[in-house]
Amino acid sequence: MSAPGALASGHLLAVAGLGGLFSQPFMQHAFVAGSGIALASGLAGYFLVLRSQVFTGDALSHVAFTGAMAALAFGADLRLGLFVGTVGVALLIGLLGPRGRADDVVIGNVFAWILGLGVLFLGVYTTSRATSNSTGGIGVLFGSIFGLSDDQALVALGLGVMLGAALVILARPLLFITVDPDVAGARGVPIRLLGLVFLALLGGTAGEATQAIGALLLLGLLTAPAATALHSTARPFAGLALSGGLALVEMWAGLVLSYLVPDLPPSFCIMVMAAGGYAAARLVVPARRDRTTSGSDAR
Amino acid sequence: MSVPPILVPVVGLSANPLTDLRNLLSYPFMVNAFRAGAAIAVLASAVGWFMVLRRQSFVGHTIAVVGFPGAAGATLVGLSAFGGYFTFCFLAAVLIAVVPTTTGRAFSDENAVTGTVQALLLGFGFLFASLYGGNLNGIDALLFGNFLGISNGEVVILAVICVVTVAAIAVLWEPLLFASIDPAMAAARGVPVRGLGAAFLLLLGLAAAGASQMTGALLVFALLVMPAATVQQLTSRPALGLWMTLALAVVVTWAGLAVSYYSPYPIGFWITTIAFAGYLTSHLPGLVRQRSRRRRHRQQRP
Repeated sequence: MSAPGALASGHLLAVAGLGGLFSQPFMQHAFVAGSGIALASGLAGYFLVLRSQVFTGDALSHVAFTGAMAALAFGADLRLGLFVGTVGVALLIGLLGPRGRADDVVIGNVFAWILGLGVLFLGVYTTSRATSNSTGGIGVLFGSIFGLSDDQALVALGLGVMLGAALVILARPLLFITVDPDVAGARGVPIRLLGLVFLALLGGTAGEATQAIGALLLLGLLTAPAATALHSTARPFAGLALSGGLALVEMWAGLVLSYLVPDLPPSFCIMVMAAGGYAAARLVVPARRDRTTSGSDAR
Repeated sequence: MSVPPILVPVVGLSANPLTDLRNLLSYPFMVNAFRAGAAIAVLASAVGWFMVLRRQSFVGHTIAVVGFPGAAGATLVGLSAFGGYFTFCFLAAVLIAVVPTTTGRAFSDENAVTGTVQALLLGFGFLFASLYGGNLNGIDALLFGNFLGISNGEVVILAVICVVTVAAIAVLWEPLLFASIDPAMAAARGVPVRGLGAAFLLLLGLAAAGASQMTGALLVFALLVMPAATVQQLTSRPALGLWMTLALAVVVTWAGLAVSYYSPYPIGFWITTIAFAGYLTSHLPGLVRQRSRRRRHRQQRP
């Protein structure tokens, strides 16, 4: 799954490689789509980590696999299955719990079964199409950002910007219901509805990110930049902006690294950049405590 | 839109269930699958019972799923997948246990660390798989398991892991239960809560790695979470609950094996579906009780 163009010319010198970076169409598409995906993931991830709903993100990443495999098995458009699956299950998870948040045992059971369904669809897909092997399944699990067409890249960018814009518009009430749900409820903020809207946006982001970095890896793009931002600043809007910005930079850096070293798949490079950013922040920025410092060290 | 062909069962069922059972057990590979299935069911569900009790599903899922990069890496360097599962499941358990998490924050630090560790290790899995190249069917087996290729030697290994894990749980039973149910009180009484938490993560790693051999890295989690969650809906008595969980897990696994033998669909689908049906059923008594309580409440108010 390495870059087709770079592979043809072998291992290039770093400078020579960088020179041709944007002349390759597959690289342009990757940057266009990757920017939209990173923006949406960074912004959605900030709320995901702040609301301690990372497990929901984990569940949605596996649901993305099932949705895509269902679409492939029934010969429908892959993106249709992806988005129907992720947004649908996100809303289901929201409806299963009070205040739009389900217990993690409920989430675990639901997504373990949905993953079982994914295995069923994978089986149907691989046996019903004698010519193909399981490449479709692997592509869904790990993504193929270097394989996007012109249209796909533009759609991904547009969707990413739209999701990001919706999250920015909803940022203030979302922060309110996250940080102090009781006061928000007393002020008449619709906690449950907002929680559901957020989950729908998260589902959209998960579907969007699956195309590029794959169902199994999108959790990293949701979690790592957001965790880095939350570790570095306590100010909510600065943190939100930092999370989105970091996701963008880490996405670009990952793409460049994968271009320079064709043996490294792009999804892997993006993960390394994202996780590296978080590790660096934890090492450099001293651990900060929030306003409420009364936590016990029991766990 | 093309609809997939409805696949006919590979083997027909006879009218007599006893004959079918005898047929099923006439193949050594099926007997081995049943033996190994029992071992991993006990192994995974015993640890899973504590995982559900401690509300650590996310950590459990992460430790389970990172067996995949381990197995892919082991395959890449020419070692057995078994060792790879162990190395990476333990690695993730240690990483999550060791990275200090700041408490007293508005959000869960452990969540963030866990998610990042999971994604990074899975990224390595993809790297190993793509460096290995070619054989994509091999990757599928690492992810989704292989129930039918279990050798006699592997059955023995799985049985040993199962006994070791269950023995460890028996030894740690009381303090671990205390620390899981009421960590603050346990810590006040001098129970080493943090140490027990770390030891439990290692047990999770052991169980996940052992079970992955058969279920694949992606489906271990079903055996960890589903039987335990089902039983904890039904009873809150610890010892009884644990025994019920073990029994349920074995029944589900064997039922899945038997059904998948007579059906064209993969075993992972059957095990998760049977277990999920059990989980849904376990909610019925609670729902009925809630309903009758509400009715009584309504009758009291004229």
